[in-house]
Amino acid sequence: MAEALDYKQIGTTPVRPDGFDKVTGRAQFGADVNLPNMLHGKVLRSPHAHARIKSVDVSGALAMPGVYAAISGADFPGGRLEGEAGGEGGGSMNDVAKNVMARNKVLYHGHAVAAVAASTVRLAEQALQAIKVEYEVLEPVLDVVEAMDPQAILVNEDNYTALPEKPEKPSNIANVGRLERGNLEEGFMAADVVIEREFTCPMAHQGYIEPHACVASIDERGRGTVWCSTQGHFEHRAATSKMLGKNMADLKFVATEIGGGFGGKTVVYLEPLATMMSEKSGRPVKMTMSREEVFRATGPSSATVARVKVGVRKDGTITAAQSWIAFEAGAFAGAPYMPGAMSIYAPYAIENFLVETFDVLVNKPKVAAYRAPGAPQAMHAFECALDEAAQLLNMDPIDLRMVNAADEGTQAPYGPKYPPIGFKACLQAAKKHPNYLKPVPDGAGRGVAVGFWFNVGMQSSAEVNINENGSVMIIEGSPDIGGSRASMCLMAAETLGIEYDDVRAQVGDTESTGFCNVTGGSRTTFATGMAVTQACEAVIADCKRRAAMTWGLDEDQVEWEDGQAVPGPGVNADVKPLSLAELARKAGKTGGPITARASLNAQGAGAAFSVNFGDLRVDRETGKVDVLSFTAIQDAGRAIHPAYVEGQMQGGAVQGIGWALNEEYIFDDNGVLENAGFLDYRIPVASDLPMIDTEIVEVPNPSHPFGVRGVGEAPIVAPLAVCANAVSRSLDMRITDLPMSPPRLLDAIEG
Amino acid sequence: MAKVVFSNAMMIATGGAREAVFAVANFRELTQILIEHWPGLEELIEQSAVAVDGQIYQDAFAEPLAPETEVFFMPRIEGG
Repeated sequence: MAEALDYKQIGTTPVRPDGFDKVTGRAQFGADVNLPNMLHGKVLRSPHAHARIKSVDVSGALAMPGVYAAISGADFPGGRLEGEAGGEGGGSMNDVAKNVMARNKVLYHGHAVAAVAASTVRLAEQALQAIKVEYEVLEPVLDVVEAMDPQAILVNEDNYTALPEKPEKPSNIANVGRLERGNLEEGFMAADVVIEREFTCPMAHQGYIEPHACVASIDERGRGTVWCSTQGHFEHRAATSKMLGKNMADLKFVATEIGGGFGGKTVVYLEPLATMMSEKSGRPVKMTMSREEVFRATGPSSATVARVKVGVRKDGTITAAQSWIAFEAGAFAGAPYMPGAMSIYAPYAIENFLVETFDVLVNKPKVAAYRAPGAPQAMHAFECALDEAAQLLNMDPIDLRMVNAADEGTQAPYGPKYPPIGFKACLQAAKKHPNYLKPVPDGAGRGVAVGFWFNVGMQSSAEVNINENGSVMIIEGSPDIGGSRASMCLMAAETLGIEYDDVRAQVGDTESTGFCNVTGGSRTTFATGMAVTQACEAVIADCKRRAAMTWGLDEDQVEWEDGQAVPGPGVNADVKPLSLAELARKAGKTGGPITARASLNAQGAGAAFSVNFGDLRVDRETGKVDVLSFTAIQDAGRAIHPAYVEGQMQGGAVQGIGWALNEEYIFDDNGVLENAGFLDYRIPVASDLPMIDTEIVEVPNPSHPFGVRGVGEAPIVAPLAVCANAVSRSLDMRITDLPMSPPRLLDAIEG
Repeated sequence: MAKVVFSNAMMIATGGAREAVFAVANFRELTQILIEHWPGLEELIEQSAVAVDGQIYQDAFAEPLAPETEVFFMPRIEGG
C-alpha cells in the first residue's frame, strides 16, 4: 500500500459529480419520474394499532370510473416466503411481505390494508374511502418491558422465542442475545465504585427528507421496470419479485437519486404494491408516501430500555460490566439486539462482562436500520455510566477511557482480536484538541463519549470502460447517498494515474451492472471502492499487454507509471511511453475496447472508532438546551475525500444530537403516533447548532488497498451520551432518559 | 491446528464447549469437521460471520487457515 504522501488524487476534495444537478433541481429523485398514462397509487392504512381483519372488500373502489386496480392481502401469493431481507434487522422475507400488506391482522396504526391505482391522486384517495374493512379491535402492546411479561397480550400468536429448544408458549420476545466473559462477581468485588442505572432511548426517525417513492411500469408479459428511491435496488428487486412470485429477471430496478436514507431505505414498502397494480392495470403506477405515511408506516430506530451496572477501580480500570437491554422491534422481529450487544463494550478491554439483549415485538411500526443500528442506544447507556464513574473518581473522562482502551491485539468483547484500530489515536487527538483544552463555559457542562461501528464489506461489482480518448467511465451498483461516486472516481484516478476530471461514475440499474448489496453498513467506499480498484488494476494489466504488443516486448517488461505504460527498469527499448489516451486511440489494433470488471465479496472491513465531546448549557427556566460547541473525532482509516468524510461525521453528530435532545415518537394509549410530521417531530435545524468541528484520524485498514474504513455509521453513536453527560454535569444530576426535551428537563430540575 | 471459539448461541449446539482445536487446512475443512462433531452447528455456521485471526469474513468459504490460527464465529452484521 502506498503511503499517504504518494497520493495525487486520494485526499483531495473535488465537488461531487451529482452536486450540480442537485443544487439546480435537475437531479431525478424517486418522485420525479413520470411516464405517459401513469396512474397514481395510494394505500389504505389501518386506523388501529392491533386488530384482526375480518374482511376486506375492494369492489367499491374498483367500480369507480378512473380506478384501474385495487388490491389487498388476498392478492398476494400464499405460502411462506423463505430467506432474509437485506439491511440490519431486515427480518424474514415472510414478515417483510406482511409488513408491505397486512394479511389476517394489522399490527400497528398505519399498517397497509389495501391499495388502489387511479388516474389522479385525488381519485385514488377517494377510492380508498370506498374500500370496506371489518376489524375486530384488539388491545395494543405498547410498552417494551410489559411486552416481555409472559402474561402479556401477544402481538403475534405464532411468535416463539428463537431458542435451541422451542419454548412451550409463544411470546413477544423474538430473539435473545448474550455475550459474556470472566467472572462478574469477582469483577464487581474488585471495584472501588459501582454505578447502576436504567436508561431509556426513544424511537427515532432517520430524518431523510425525501419520502419513499417509486414508479412501476409492467407490461402484459409481467415484465418491466421499477424506478425507486432506495439504498439497494438489487435487494429491492429480490424482495419485490419474491413476494409477488415473479422471476427477478422480469424486473429491472433503477435507483433514482436519493434524498437520504440512513438505513431507512433498505426496506421495501411501495415497490411490490406499485408493481402488482401496474401489472393488473397495464399502466405505469406511481406511488409516493406523504410525510405522515413515512412516520406512521416506515421503520424508525428501536426504542430501548437499558439497565447497566459497571464497576471501576480508583485507577480507572473497569473491573466488571453487566447490561440488560430490551429493544423494541415493532410489529415484526428484527430489532438490532445483536449489534447492540456486540457494540456496547467494543471500545474497551474488559475482563469480566455480561450483556443480555432482547428483540421484542410491540404494536408499533417495524423498526428499520438507522446508522449503526443498535449501537447508539446501547452505548448511550454504558458511556453515561462510565462518565458518572469518572465524576465519582474525579478523573478526566478521556483518561478513564484511555486506561481501558482496546488496541491492536485486544480481544473484542464480541470475539476476535482487533487488527490495527485507531481508538487510542482518537482519544489522544481528543485530549490535545484545542476545543478540549478550553475551559468549560460558565453554566455549561462538558460531555465526553465514544462511538464504535464494526463496518462490513459484502458483495459489490464494478465495470471500468476506457473511452476512445482515454477518459474513464465507471459503472457500479451502489446507490450514491454520501458522495460515493466522487470517491469511486478518486480511487480510479489514483489507481490509473490519471486526473479526477477524466473519470465519471454512474450507478447502473440491475440490468447494467453486477450485483451489489445495499449501500449500508459503511461499506460502499470500502467494498465497491475495492471492486473499482480491482477493475482499474485489470485495465492496467491489459494496457501493459497492449503496450508490450506495440513495442514487441514481453508483458513483464512493461510497467505502469503516472498513467502511462513505460519500459521496465533495465529494458533496452527506444520507445515513447504510451498514455492511457494513446492506448485507447489504438485499441482497435490491439484487441478492441479497453474494459474490465471486478466482482467481489469484500472481507476485512476495519472497525471505526470515534471520540466526541461537547459543551451544552441548560436554561433552567425553560429546560431548553443550547449546544455551545461540539467536536467529532474519528478514525477513517484513509479519507478518500476528506470533505465528505467530515460531512458524514457532522451529519451523524447532528442526528445524534437531535436524538438526544428532542426527537421521539410519541404514541397515545391506543398506539396512534401523535407527532407524525416534522413540525411536531423536531429534528435540529442549522440555527439550533454550532459548527460541528471535526478531526479525521487515519490509522489505515490493512485489508483495503488504500486503507479505507467505513465512516458513515460511527458518527451517530457517541453524541447521545455526549449530550446526556454534558447536561448531567451542567445540572449536577444524572439525566437517564432521552430525549432531554424541555418538558422532561424541567421535570427533572423541579424534582 | 486451528483454534475455534464458538459464539454463545453455538455453545448450546456444542453441549457447552466454548473452544475446540482441529488440524485443518482451510475453512471448508473446518466447517465439515465441526458439523461431523456437532450436526446442530450446520445452520448456525451458515448464519454466522467468522473472524480469522481478527479479520472478519461475512461469508467465509475456503479461506486457508494457517497453523495456530484463531477462528471466531460471530453474528453477522450489516448496518444501515
